[in-house]
Amino acid sequence: MKYTITVLVQNHYGVLSKISGLIARRGFNIESLAVGVTENPDVSRMTIAVDCDESGIEQVEKQLNKLIPTIKVKVLEEGSYIARELTMIKVSCNSRQREEIMTLADLMHAKIIDVTSSSLTLELTDTTARTENFISLMRSFGIKELVRTGISAIELGANTTKK
Amino acid sequence: MTGAQIILECLKQEGVSVVFGYPGATIAPFYDALALDGAIRHVLVRQEQNAGHAASGYSRASGKVGVCCTTSGPGATNLITALATAYMDSIPMVALTGQVRSDLLGRDVFQEADITGACEPFTKHSYLATDTQELPRIIKEAFHIASTGRPGPVLIDLPQDTLEREFKGEFVYPDSVDIIGYKPRTKGHPLQMKRALDAIERAERPIICAGGGVVSAKARRELIKFAEKLDIPVVSTLMGVGMMPTEHPLYMGMLGTHGIYSANYAIHHADLVILCGARVGDRAMAKPDQVAKKAEIIHIDIDPAEIGKNMKADIPIVGDIRLVLKSITEKCEEFSHKDWVDDLKQKKAEHTPVFQSIPGQVDPRNFMRTLSEEVSKRSKAILVADVGENQIWSANNFAFKGGRFLTSGGLGTMGYSLGAALGAKIAKPERQVFAVCGDGAFQMMMCELATLVQHDIPVKVVIMQNNRLGMVRELQDKLYDGRYSGVMLDGSPDFVKLAQAYGIESERIEDDRDVIAGIDKMLNSSKPYVLVCRVAEDIPSRQEN
Repeated sequence: MKYTITVLVQNHYGVLSKISGLIARRGFNIESLAVGVTENPDVSRMTIAVDCDESGIEQVEKQLNKLIPTIKVKVLEEGSYIARELTMIKVSCNSRQREEIMTLADLMHAKIIDVTSSSLTLELTDTTARTENFISLMRSFGIKELVRTGISAIELGANTTKK
Repeated sequence: MTGAQIILECLKQEGVSVVFGYPGATIAPFYDALALDGAIRHVLVRQEQNAGHAASGYSRASGKVGVCCTTSGPGATNLITALATAYMDSIPMVALTGQVRSDLLGRDVFQEADITGACEPFTKHSYLATDTQELPRIIKEAFHIASTGRPGPVLIDLPQDTLEREFKGEFVYPDSVDIIGYKPRTKGHPLQMKRALDAIERAERPIICAGGGVVSAKARRELIKFAEKLDIPVVSTLMGVGMMPTEHPLYMGMLGTHGIYSANYAIHHADLVILCGARVGDRAMAKPDQVAKKAEIIHIDIDPAEIGKNMKADIPIVGDIRLVLKSITEKCEEFSHKDWVDDLKQKKAEHTPVFQSIPGQVDPRNFMRTLSEEVSKRSKAILVADVGENQIWSANNFAFKGGRFLTSGGLGTMGYSLGAALGAKIAKPERQVFAVCGDGAFQMMMCELATLVQHDIPVKVVIMQNNRLGMVRELQDKLYDGRYSGVMLDGSPDFVKLAQAYGIESERIEDDRDVIAGIDKMLNSSKPYVLVCRVAEDIPSRQEN
């Protein structure tokens, strides 16, 4: 099963490797990991997507909590949060295909961020499911390059994940 | 003051009186400060790994944080095994390593190694201290983290320029720490404590399993009181050996692969298992699910991640074992589980083997029994066992009355005992300290005989010599049809002559009849001593087959 964990950590040298190293060392597979500074510059937030079973996620949560730079760990419950990822896709595109791609981009709320005579580069911020869908639509044109950030997640409602 | 001098001042503030180490270029500024100041004793070992083991032994015997220091590169990498050993057994330690100048970091200069990176899995926390101004905070935090919660080793990597730079402003050692993400819980949750009390009241065949956490929490007295008031028998893991006096009527021995019958019988026939600071390692309980099927499980541990890791717990209690046991004991009525205790006592009596003497050989199990008898007349001894058959012979046959048993239970590090024993002896000079090892482990650490001599540390070394790597040989007997591969220790020197070459008194005994005289001679010596026992190669580690 896929789980989304949000982790607040001290914004220090080496913390990212401590966190990712621990998860790998304990035998769990990271699907994606996104990290950035929070409203407090001393604190970073990581959103980690992990694929494991129920006892596995409990261990990941407890082990992450043991790390000294970890401030807060929360496993987000299905339906209680919003998750988005940013994707940039460079597709092959000649002048005849351009209009079709633009229509699809428009339908999916993707932006065109770069154009050449033989390529189009699109930017999409969306859920993983819609991102996968968009990628498969683009596949028929020939994907030259694909860059994904992995998901960032925030809780629904007025609640926040803070210490 | 320089950074090196600041560190020294911080160590003094922490009450550190001895540092185990080995110098080199990058840590040289610290060694210079040590020599100039003179307030902290430095014990020079002969290989860095043993500086770590010595700090571990010192820490375990004194209850304080042991400190070791090495230089960068190979000095630091040699220390890794000791850090991993301490980490697996939750021993509080602070390791200081030299590092190349911070402007050269990452350029593969001479004796550079990314030691904080390499030790990530083996340390509770680590620092790369590039700012001299941060040293007081870092050292305060390091000692706090090492010694609180679930204890463990903390590494501070010190670039040479951090040590050499002048500290700006007035030196003030912080009197408290504030680490936002580190607030270990000590008191058990009241609701879970209540549930535990109810479960204890219901139980007909309860058993306490005491692990290394009881030692870390300094909860020996609380454990005995708890067991006695509630009339609950106790078994222990290898790391918990020595907490419950061996001759106590409620003590049923060590459990597990190398444990004794009554302990394993107890754990498999109980209807309530109270795990106290035991992480249910595979050597202690090979099939925890089978135990959990028949019994309710109360798991008390200061580390929440241990609860449910290897065994499902019905009643989890996160907290300091000393406080939790004390509180439960106070709230409980006195109980009696006479039938259950009698049943176990009978099993224990029926399965206590008598080992027949074989002429021309020392039976190591008889030896350990005799040693504990001779020793208990004198002091609360500290017995440091190495890893292998000698470890199991020691754990199962030495009767602890109030002394301590130190061994590398988690990582199983051969060559642990001599370093740990010399550290323990420095912590407790008034106690007898023994390092018991096989001839395999001895040859991994025999360089430290010089350390005993140089610093006049009267550790008694007992070598069980069977010219084999016995534990592996047993494994090859059992799993590989007796095809011995790489387990013959031919070419070993004469250990008596070797000890004498260091100027250490030494004797060899070759028959059970000579054991008492041999032990007495060793105990009467006020100097380091090496006693070599000629042991038959086929004596198994298991108490009975």
